[in-house]
Amino acid sequence: MTDLRRTMLFLPGNNPGMLQNGGIFGADSLILDLEDAVAPAEKDTARLLVAHALREIDYSGSETVVRINTLDTFGKQDIRAIVPCRPAALLVPKVQTADDIRAIAAEIAAAERPGQAPVGIIALIETPRGLAEAYPIATASSRMLALAFGAEDYTAALGAQRTKEGSEILNARAALVNAAAAAGIQSIDTPFTDVNDETGLVADTAFAKQLGFKGKLTINPRQIDSIHTVFNPSIKEIDWAERVMQAIRQAEAEGSGVASLDGKMVDAPIVNRAERTLYLADLLGLRKVGKA
Amino acid sequence: MIQLLRPAQAGTLESNDIMITVAPGKAATGIVLELDSLVMDQYGEAIRQTIAETVAQQGVDDLYIKAIDRGALDCTIRARLLAALARAGVIRQEAVV
Repeated sequence: MTDLRRTMLFLPGNNPGMLQNGGIFGADSLILDLEDAVAPAEKDTARLLVAHALREIDYSGSETVVRINTLDTFGKQDIRAIVPCRPAALLVPKVQTADDIRAIAAEIAAAERPGQAPVGIIALIETPRGLAEAYPIATASSRMLALAFGAEDYTAALGAQRTKEGSEILNARAALVNAAAAAGIQSIDTPFTDVNDETGLVADTAFAKQLGFKGKLTINPRQIDSIHTVFNPSIKEIDWAERVMQAIRQAEAEGSGVASLDGKMVDAPIVNRAERTLYLADLLGLRKVGKA
Repeated sequence: MIQLLRPAQAGTLESNDIMITVAPGKAATGIVLELDSLVMDQYGEAIRQTIAETVAQQGVDDLYIKAIDRGALDCTIRARLLAALARAGVIRQEAVV
């Protein structure tokens, strides 16, 4: 399994039809949801359904993530039932402090079975306090894989009006990307909630990519192709990255310590970006065969 | 021997789900299963077997089960049955997976 999380698709945890078909949509990650998608009276049945689905349904094309409830509601029961079923990670809602993550990590450690691959944590940042504490949260545990942003709860808590173009969440998005990058983990953007507006989805996703997000929470299978297309390296980006690497090789061959491309110096951040682009392109089979 | 404490139900009538109701059976009647399925001809026996095995693992003796199947997978049948039994007070939630 790679660390590709362009799309993380929510599947309602008490819906057997969605759970059994979730693997066919091609999302990088599936989030089997025990929180908002499940009514309080059905938390027990959904937990069992998700646990059995994880054990028996083939999700081999996608990473499996389970959104649990908060520890002050059903979270402990969720962790005890779900962790032994070997999800790749838990998505933890309404994370406010690093202590929240440490408490979750301790519960996970207690529930893991001997020899089991460590279950990761993705923290959903959806409160002003959580955003203010984003870096301590991102570094609270070696299990941390990503910060994800939940803009609906966040703007509601601020008292801000939510708009489609999203100027009210610009600062929050940038702060979250920065905190995740500083911690060396991924950042995943808030979902685009109008499933009928594909143009808006593409524009919103392109802006998220521009800010540095590595993927987007996804609420409908119809959104997957559009989001993947935006996050995939474009032909232009791949071509640029190949030329960067060619310039580096040429400088090395000539014994020069400094490489340049189109009159601009090629330094370490440029090389890192080019390598990341080519890594993604190879992973996704987007490079032409035979081209170095 | 474990006795059912109360009747209970889990699951829905949506596609790919199964609604299972459990209730205490009369003494020494064993497991009585009333099954209605969209795919009775093809999978009726397999569904009966999945239910029987799951109940047997929980050590329940006299039990009435009504199951209305809408094309559920085995894992869904097991999850719904265990949820109904847990709600009935037969088993602890954490012990069932």
